[in-house]
Parts: sequence; structure tokens; C-alpha cells
Amino acid sequence: MAERIIELRDIKKSYGQVYALGGVNLSVDRGEVVGLIGDNGAGKSTLIKILSGVVRPTSGEILVRGEPVTGWSAARSRDAGIETVFQDRALAVQQTIVRNIFMGRELTGFMGWLKVNKEIEEASRLMREIGFTSKVFTPHSIVGQLSGGERQGVAIARAIYKQAELIILDEPTTALSLTETAKVFHFVRQVRASGRSILFIGHNIHHVFDIADRFVVIDRGKVALAADRSQVKSAEDLINFMEDVAHPGGLPGLHEAVGAEQRAR
Amino acid sequence: MEPDLQNQFSGPGGDTAGKEWRHPSDQWLRGFVLDNRASLGTLAVFIVMMAVFMIANPTVFTTWYLYSSVLTTLPVALFVVVPLVFVVTCGEIDLSFPATMGFAAWVFALVVQAGYDPFLGIAAALVTGVLLGFLVGSLVVYGGLSSLIATLGMNFLLRGLIQIINEGKSMALTGLAGSTAYKIFSSQVFGIPVQIFWAIAFVVLSAMLYNRHRFGAQVKVVGDNPDSAQQMGIDVKRVRVKVFVFVGIGAAIAGTFSVMINFTWWPTAGDGYLLPVLASVFVGGTPTWGGIGTVAGGAIGAVTVSFIQTGVVAAGLSGFYVQFFNGLIIILSLLGHKWNQARYR
Repeated sequence: MAERIIELRDIKKSYGQVYALGGVNLSVDRGEVVGLIGDNGAGKSTLIKILSGVVRPTSGEILVRGEPVTGWSAARSRDAGIETVFQDRALAVQQTIVRNIFMGRELTGFMGWLKVNKEIEEASRLMREIGFTSKVFTPHSIVGQLSGGERQGVAIARAIYKQAELIILDEPTTALSLTETAKVFHFVRQVRASGRSILFIGHNIHHVFDIADRFVVIDRGKVALAADRSQVKSAEDLINFMEDVAHPGGLPGLHEAVGAEQRAR
Repeated sequence: MEPDLQNQFSGPGGDTAGKEWRHPSDQWLRGFVLDNRASLGTLAVFIVMMAVFMIANPTVFTTWYLYSSVLTTLPVALFVVVPLVFVVTCGEIDLSFPATMGFAAWVFALVVQAGYDPFLGIAAALVTGVLLGFLVGSLVVYGGLSSLIATLGMNFLLRGLIQIINEGKSMALTGLAGSTAYKIFSSQVFGIPVQIFWAIAFVVLSAMLYNRHRFGAQVKVVGDNPDSAQQMGIDVKRVRVKVFVFVGIGAAIAGTFSVMINFTWWPTAGDGYLLPVLASVFVGGTPTWGGIGTVAGGAIGAVTVSFIQTGVVAAGLSGFYVQFFNGLIIILSLLGHKWNQARYR
């Protein structure tokens, strides 16, 4: 069995009286792409924030490579080889591309002085590697002047810099053009080919179905479905399942209509 | 720091994947101007202002005495203007530095008056500055208070404390005149007040901290987008406290220098610096919203502001014009910086 990069056991998170997550189990093995699907408000964002260490769970256990961790934080998560590309991309838009790529991980030498040339070199290499260099911008360009796809490129470059073992992509194709979306998919396949893992969050089920080895559907703070690719025949299966989850037993007419429409395409 | 993209889109976005990134400017001069447009703009304002003064009264503005007097007091302002650029870049403000100046200078004066070496006094003042900066920073950051109001409150509180204990009495430190510390920090070399060299060294070191050190990089990112900084594992609160400690250190140095210049400590020491120093930061081209700023610009802003008062009086205008010109320069500078800053938002 492949090595288990991270495992969440019975993770609960409540904000006051409201439960965002009510006992979630989730794991990602080396070299697999896990697709995480869920409606708005299902608890996806909370789950991602817990994985990336931004939010601490109310209860439950986090295991990194089989070892339980304590004092989980954003810095600890990154040190453990988990990089997150957040939905809002988490960029500082008034700063240069270089400063964003090395945010929180500045390349420093003696007494914390920046290795400016090394940073520029590495930034150039990273951006070339993922192919986000079609427009003429430089490492000194201000991120606020870049397009959505180029910003996504910066966020991804930052995630791959340290040879992360698990990259979490939170809605990476939202607001991207078709070409840019294709680039993101190409990147995901590249990462899997290199033996690393991806947790891919999306609400476009077709996108997730195309790319994931395993599917996890969460609904109202719980895992509603965890299935291998072999168990799910088509994206329509997933869509039907999602609808059943959303409207258990009800609205068969709508169900049929949507199914027919999907088949017609 | 930032190239002008407008002129760089060379035809259809051709595939440049194989090419190395270069600075878009092949002429270093053009790149230099683009990278430093905020501070160069401030410099232009200063030059125009000085030209106006010189035309108005050539005789006064060609005598050394005028410059010598500005160079005596300017360094005190520089030691606080520069750390304030860091604070404003970090998205905060610190209005407590005048009281910190007075407090640290008071500690310095007490140590010297007690007969100890002034160097020990300087060390004690620096420790005081660090502690007060940490106190103010912790209050704002860990107390979750608005820095505008909390630091204003701390300014009153600390100043009040000084006044209560000293009952408004000042301290004369005539013994300072012959000391080694005085010779090193406050005498004259070839007729130039020596403290300006220390101030320049401080500005240069701080500019390097701002542009070429992890501290500066994290201050900018935290001021720009604190949520992202936190998501990337930066200890945002710690960075914020650090900038307040930096102001405390700067204020302690400034306060000590002001005592060494006058051989006297007043319970009001530092009070007069509040508005000129704040004006210098913003005249220098650091915007109010955080994330970006310029140390060199702030320093030039301080030079500009300290010449306004001297200049208006020396140019033969009555003292009533000082405030008017202060306001005029601030407004003109802000208008000038606006076109530069608009592109970031």
C-alpha cells in the first residue's frame, strides 16, 4: 500500500453552536489525486483550512505519514510538505511575483538578509516549469497587474517550490479561461506523474471526474460518499448521487429531467 | 521595484517560455527611475521648494548657518520617520512615539545625572525604547485594539506619567559637554553636525532592512494582505509587534540625541515631533493603506518638512505663513503621489 501522506480522523469543527464539520475522516496517499466535492456550505473550505493549518479543529486527530501531530499550524503544515493553493489565491497584490512566491519562505542568508538574485533565478525557473510565461512579465512585475490565470500561476509556482508531497487545489479553475483551465489540468497530471499527491476541490463535477483517482463527497459537514474510480462509472453517477444527497427521495421529476439533459449532451 | 508593463507587451503574447526574465528596461537609468518613482517625486518636490526659497531670498539661502541649524535638528526626526514608514507599511500607525522619545530620554537623563557614563545612559534608553515599543505593540496586537486610538492613548498616558513624576521640571545635564559620547554623537566635524552622519547611516541600514531583509519583506506582505500572510505561515502578530518595537528603538535614539544637542531634558521632550514626523512619512510617498512604502522617500520627506519652517521665515515671510506652507506642501505631495499609487489598487 502506498504511503499515507495525511490522515484526518473524526475531525470536528464548530463555530459556537454551529457545526461546520461533524466528524470527518479523510486521507490522501502518495501519488493519488483525490477529488473533493460538495455543495456550497458543505464544509469544504473548513476542511481545507484545517489541512493547511489555518484553522484548528475542535476535536479529532491529524496524522502526517502515520504520526499524530500536535500544535498544528500553517507553518507546520507547510513544513510537513503540504502546500495549498487557496481559492482566493492568497496573494499580496501590491507585491512583486518574487515576493509572493517566497511569501513566508524567504530565501535568506546571513542574519536574515535576502538572497535577492537566487530568489529571482528560482522564480524564473518555477514560472517556466509550469508554463505560465506566455505574457511578457518579469519576476519584478506587480501581481495586481496580472490576469486571473497568471495569478493562479504565481500561486501554483509558490506551491511547488519546495517539492511539496501534497498540493491542495481549492477550486483552481474558478474564473479561468479554457486555455488556463487546460493548463491547470496539465499541471495536475504532471504532479501525479512525478509521484506526488493532489487534493482537488471543485464544484464542476465533470472537471473533478476527469482528473481524480478517488472521490470524496461531503455534505453538511460529513462524508457522504468515498469511492474509488472503479466504483463510479461516469460523471452523471456522481451528479445523480449529489442530487440524491441534496434532495433525498424527493423531486424525481427534476432528477429525470436533468439526467436526460446530461445524456443529450 | 516594479517595471512599467504598459510598454512591454511586444505584439501578440508570443511564447517567451524559453527566455530568461530580464528587467524590462535595458537602460538602467529608466529602470532606476521607475523603481524609485515615489522617492524621486519627493525629491523633485523638495528641489522645487528650495528653488522657490532661494529665489525669494538668495542671501540667506546661500549661508551655511541655515543648513547647519537644519542639520542639527533633522536627525532627531529621521530616527522616528524611518521606523514609522515600516509601521504604516504594515497597515498600522503609531502616535505614541513622542512620549516614548520623552520617556527614553528621561531614563538617559536620569542615568547621566546620577553620574554614570553617558554610554550606559544610551543603553538604558534603548532598553526603555524596546520595552515601551513592545508594550504598545502588544496592546495593539494581542489586545486587538485599533492602533490609531490605542497609541494615541498610550501617548497621553506615558506623557502624563512623566509630567506627574517630574512635576513639570526639566533636567540640565551640563556634564555631557566634555564626554566621549558627546564627541562621538553630537559634536561637529568640519562644521557639520556629526549626528547627521549617524542619521544617514540609520536611514541606509533601514532602507536595506526594508528592501533586502526578511523583516521588510514580511512587513510588506502583512500590510498588503494579512490573511494571505497567515495562510503562508507567517506569524502576523509577531511581525506587527516587531514594527512597534522598531519605532520604540528609533524613538529612544531620537530622544537621546535631542537631549545631547540641548544638554537639557524637558518633560515635553518629543512632543513637537508628532505632526512633522507624520507629515514626513506621507509627503515621502508612503500611502496610508499599507503594503508599500519608501524609506528613502520618508527621509527626503523629513528634509522637506524641516526646511519648510526655516525656509518660510528665512525667505522673509512672516511666521504666519509657516502653517500655510506646511499644508500646501503636504497637499501638493499627496496629489503628486496619487498617480503613482493608483496603479497598485
